[in-house]
Amino acid sequence: MRLSPDEMIFWQHGFIKLNGTIVFTWALMFVLAIGSKLITRNLSTELQRSRWQNLLEIIVTGIEKQIEDVGLTQPNRYTGFLGTLFLFVALASLCTVIPGYEPPTGSLSTTAALALCVLVAVPFFGIEEQGLGGYLKSYVEPTVIMLPFNIISELSRTLALAVRLFGNMMSGTMILAILLTITPFIFPIAMSALGLLTGMVQAYIFSIPAAVYIAAATRGRKAKPMQESKA
Amino acid sequence: MDNMTLIAIASIVTAGLTIALGSIGPALGEGRAVATALSSLAQQPDAATTITRTLFVGLAMIESIAIYCFVVSMILIFANPFWNHVIATAAGK
Repeated sequence: MRLSPDEMIFWQHGFIKLNGTIVFTWALMFVLAIGSKLITRNLSTELQRSRWQNLLEIIVTGIEKQIEDVGLTQPNRYTGFLGTLFLFVALASLCTVIPGYEPPTGSLSTTAALALCVLVAVPFFGIEEQGLGGYLKSYVEPTVIMLPFNIISELSRTLALAVRLFGNMMSGTMILAILLTITPFIFPIAMSALGLLTGMVQAYIFSIPAAVYIAAATRGRKAKPMQESKA
Repeated sequence: MDNMTLIAIASIVTAGLTIALGSIGPALGEGRAVATALSSLAQQPDAATTITRTLFVGLAMIESIAIYCFVVSMILIFANPFWNHVIATAAGK
């Protein structure tokens, strides 16, 4: 039994391996990038517009609305990063309806990379908004004693983001594989439908904490919009 | 019993215990969270979007505890480092 698409090897030449994770990640990236390029090639501001443009507008305005709800007042600046995270994770789990496909987010390398992006993006946006001093000052609030705990929380939430997404995606494929050996026909279909729902919730759950962390870093601790533990 | 059997027994029993004990806490927590969210939804239907969003985020946070336990038990069963070490040394002999 495979734990992750890492062990699914398509092509190997000495040290260089082309495993399932890389192939599926690049496939998703191509679908996302080329799809958006094709749709945004001829945009119209008239009343008459293509249905694909409508779809994209719904998605983008929806993401911006969610980011604004979390407490980031200028969602435009963060849509690029947070929206990409959301769309990638969502598409990765939506594509599980395609036979032979395994979600690349079911590999710890992918989720760790995504979580590291969040770890880097939070100080980036924080320094951009508050300046270096203002951002560093948020570590010693309310008192200096909290400094080590703030640093630990920064690291532990990155770990939590990575392991949560990995565990959910991996458990989905794992449960399907186990069920296929026990009750082969109807039940796995119900579980994979549930897996689609969990995948969408996980995409939401991955990008909303990222938005909350960025909101906390850009606005200081006092104006923190949503209290959240280190999880 | 040799080392291999001992490690196998310990890994399997611990994997079962991990997921069994580790799902009790999150189950209680999720139950409480959903019950509270339902009663506040009944009191304030206008705040439904906020409550639902916070509930989903909170549920995923609680659920991640159970997911950590699941990951640990999966590692114990399918990718056990001690088991791999024993196998490697046995193969090396």
